[in-house]
Amino acid sequence: MAKRRQAMRDYTAEDKLFLRRAFIAACLVAVIFGVLLLNMYQLQIVSFEDYQTRADGNRIKVVPIAPNRGLIYDRNGVLLAENRPSFSLRMVKEQIREIDDTVAELSELLVINDEQLQEIRDSIKNARRFQPVTILDNLNEEQVAKFSAQQHRFSGMFVEAGLTRYYPYADALTHVLGYIAKINEQNLESIALRGQTSNYAATRFIGKQGIERYYEDRLHGSVGYKQVEVDNKGRELRVLSVEEPIPGEDLVLNIDVQLQLFIQSIMREKRGSVVVSDPSIGQILAMFSNPSYDPNLFVRGISQKAYNKLIQNTDRPLLNRAVQGQYPPASLIKPHLALLGLEYGVISENSKIHDPGYYQLPEVSHRWRDWKKTGHGHVDVKYSIEVSCDTFFYELAYKLGIDTIHEYMTQFGFGLYTEIDLVEETDGNMPSRGWKQARFNQPWYIGDTISIGIGQGYWTATPIQLLNSLNTLLNDGVRHIPQILRGSLSQGSLLEQGISEFPPISVLQPRHWEHVRESMRDTVGLPHGTAYGAYRNAKYSSGGKTGTAQLFTVGQDEDVDEIEIADYLKDNAMYFGYAPVDIPEISVMVALENAGGGGSNAAPLARQVMDYYLLDRTSRDATIAQQKVKFND
Amino acid sequence: MTNTASSFLSSLLQRLHIDAWLMVGLIVLMGTGLVTIYSAGGEDIGLIHKQVTRLGIGLAVMFFCAQIPIHFYRSIAPIFYLVGVFLLVAVLFIGVEGKGAQRWLDLGFMRFQPSEILKLFVPMTIAWYLSQEPLPPKLKHVLIGFLLVLIPALFIARQPDLGTALLIASSGLFALFLAGLSWRIITVSTVLAISFIPVMWFFLMKAYQKQRVITFLNPESDPLGAGYHIIQSKIAIGSGGISGKGWLKGSQSQLEFLPERHTDFIFSVFSEEFGLIGVLLLLALYGFIIVRGLIIAGRSQFIFCKLLAGSITLTFFVYVFVNIGMVSGLLPVVGVPLPLVSYGGTSMVTLLAGFGIVMAVATQKKVVSR
Repeated sequence: MAKRRQAMRDYTAEDKLFLRRAFIAACLVAVIFGVLLLNMYQLQIVSFEDYQTRADGNRIKVVPIAPNRGLIYDRNGVLLAENRPSFSLRMVKEQIREIDDTVAELSELLVINDEQLQEIRDSIKNARRFQPVTILDNLNEEQVAKFSAQQHRFSGMFVEAGLTRYYPYADALTHVLGYIAKINEQNLESIALRGQTSNYAATRFIGKQGIERYYEDRLHGSVGYKQVEVDNKGRELRVLSVEEPIPGEDLVLNIDVQLQLFIQSIMREKRGSVVVSDPSIGQILAMFSNPSYDPNLFVRGISQKAYNKLIQNTDRPLLNRAVQGQYPPASLIKPHLALLGLEYGVISENSKIHDPGYYQLPEVSHRWRDWKKTGHGHVDVKYSIEVSCDTFFYELAYKLGIDTIHEYMTQFGFGLYTEIDLVEETDGNMPSRGWKQARFNQPWYIGDTISIGIGQGYWTATPIQLLNSLNTLLNDGVRHIPQILRGSLSQGSLLEQGISEFPPISVLQPRHWEHVRESMRDTVGLPHGTAYGAYRNAKYSSGGKTGTAQLFTVGQDEDVDEIEIADYLKDNAMYFGYAPVDIPEISVMVALENAGGGGSNAAPLARQVMDYYLLDRTSRDATIAQQKVKFND
Repeated sequence: MTNTASSFLSSLLQRLHIDAWLMVGLIVLMGTGLVTIYSAGGEDIGLIHKQVTRLGIGLAVMFFCAQIPIHFYRSIAPIFYLVGVFLLVAVLFIGVEGKGAQRWLDLGFMRFQPSEILKLFVPMTIAWYLSQEPLPPKLKHVLIGFLLVLIPALFIARQPDLGTALLIASSGLFALFLAGLSWRIITVSTVLAISFIPVMWFFLMKAYQKQRVITFLNPESDPLGAGYHIIQSKIAIGSGGISGKGWLKGSQSQLEFLPERHTDFIFSVFSEEFGLIGVLLLLALYGFIIVRGLIIAGRSQFIFCKLLAGSITLTFFVYVFVNIGMVSGLLPVVGVPLPLVSYGGTSMVTLLAGFGIVMAVATQKKVVSR
């Protein structure tokens, strides 16, 4: 068959066809070369004199000018990120005769360490011809004075005044503000991808973390440029015209820096985070994660040694625990589960169970322990929230089943990004059958569901998710996107940022919200409540929920008290609460790692924050008045 | 005496699978490149060393490719094509990003760009496919041929790497054209391609690519970016005049008004310093290489060889056209180097490998009977 087909082919005709086509292609090549040549003729002969004049007169270079970066204020107008005058040393490589000798002399004069010296050499190597390049940033006054006196020895080098970012509150606000640092290779690529290469032509720093990173586009501004005349060696002679850059937007945050500093003062020596919000619209008033670090180090260019120290620190200061810490939510989610139980009619406000101190499934020997060994006796849902009875919620979770819990808790934002204005945020995990199958290739067991009832097992959440879920409870199911940014300043007036919310969680009985909130109120207000001790004699009404997340599994027959547990396996102390009860002005989330019980360790901290915010306001406002920039109305 | 010497030489070259005319053309071209790079790179001898090393590697690869018998290429073409497409998919998922595009696979010891091998295996596969049936190809074969070209080209355009996608698409399309694609299909598909432009603009092109087109249409809109570059490039070319400003004496190049002087914009440096006369000679040199390639294709016995050598040669022409068109303001800025003259680029090795294949076609043993 194949042979016959071969035999039928008319090779002569095919050869001719190919030759014809090749000839046409050659003609096409000739025509296009003709077009190219015609264009060359046009450029090099017809317009020759024009271009020659332009080339001769092409002593004009366009030099980009970086815009000034926008400033950042707190909600009361206190400056949080500023641009300070600074001096840098710049040079033009072509104007220096013996570079190595000059650099050696320079390092002797200005006392430069080896690491900096290497950086200087690198920047000289990468310098573009005839373009000034910065070789040393942030000269101190002594260095500027010394260099100016010896200027004649260093022709081709000059000191230039510029602006450097400075964060006056240093480590108190690091995880919120983040920082800017020198643009690196990766940044250049993403700038190119966004079509912003021209806009960053003169910019040397870019937001790397926090607000500085999230709002990079708004803080950066637009590049300007000047036309300068240069001589035949490329040296600038005079400036012909200037198109001024447009500075970046000045941003105003919801953060209250006084509150932030107070939180820092009570978090010393503790590992964890505190987040404070205005529950009505989810604005973030304070967010502090401890331990922290000084962002100014990164602006100046952190030394390898200092950076390694930060990276290797086992307490992980670089982590923003408020949005990146993923913890078992523990008993904090009992109110949410109670609401779900009431909604689905699995329990009623009056139905009671008996708690002998453990929960057991029929015909299964395994016992799920209550935190109280002797049990809480006969309990209803409200009382179970107040004393944080585990057995009640084991049974509730069993009755609801994982599918219902997963669907409903997702509506509260668990397992999802809150979409707070920080790129660093992580999403935690709201487990489901599908998730477990994909992650572990295992089916979902009933035992998994029972742990979920007390916020343990595969469930993890970030503090910001938990605070947001509390605010959702307070707002009858309306979930806002928590926002750090309040707005921007335009000619002294504050332009407020819009607030976005998700469609509300639907409930059949609005009364259930109230019932759950009453339980949280009485967790704080009644003597049997787990937060009663922390809030004794408070001068305002408050509600909340304690949580103690176990990181260590106790064996079936072991006694918890008798086991010595390593530090990093000690319980996490959790608390969230709000005040005043009727119209909440503030909600607080405290998560302390390996600190022990939530009622005794986390709740007192929340109380201190509320006391400060609600009671010490007059003395606070006085300090603020001295510092702030007034916004016009 | 001279007669024996020359016949000895030609039989030696035949045995080494080297086509003398093509070789001379390529060597002169590379020399021109080195001379221009020296001027464009600010008389940096280090650049020359690196480029010579690269050329050496490229020539070794060319020599190697020229030794491989043609029937072997023919038998491996479809397999390598499939492997190449598979690697492109791999790049999409596990590729390494660089310069804003995802083009590379990280092999641990080196980075590898799968689109490069497809520059050779797309035309080879089309040639293999079309040579199985009598020419001109039937509609069904044309459609499958189009598909074989489009699949890799679209993957590469997505990376995004429009320059390479363009080169690969044209290599395949040239093979189809040379095989006798009917004029009706050519007309219809041209119309289709033009109507596809809006789709590309709205769904496929990235912000920076659109920016390039906008800049091309209105260079003044981006005085710090590509628009400025094109204006400066035209000034460089135009001010070269008939005879040029002389080697190392182009003010546009030496004062750094020109961007990417030793890579994509090297033609501007060349025209500024050597003028229209230089340009004429350079284009003549390119024309010579292209015509020689087509002659080799035409003289070959087998349809597969004809199509392969022809499309490799014509793709080489596309490089020249796109690059010169771009720097002289006739085409938008697409990152395509001036072949064998621009500094660096993985593409140089691929280009020389292609010429190795052309030489393998040129020097294969004739079969007396079919």
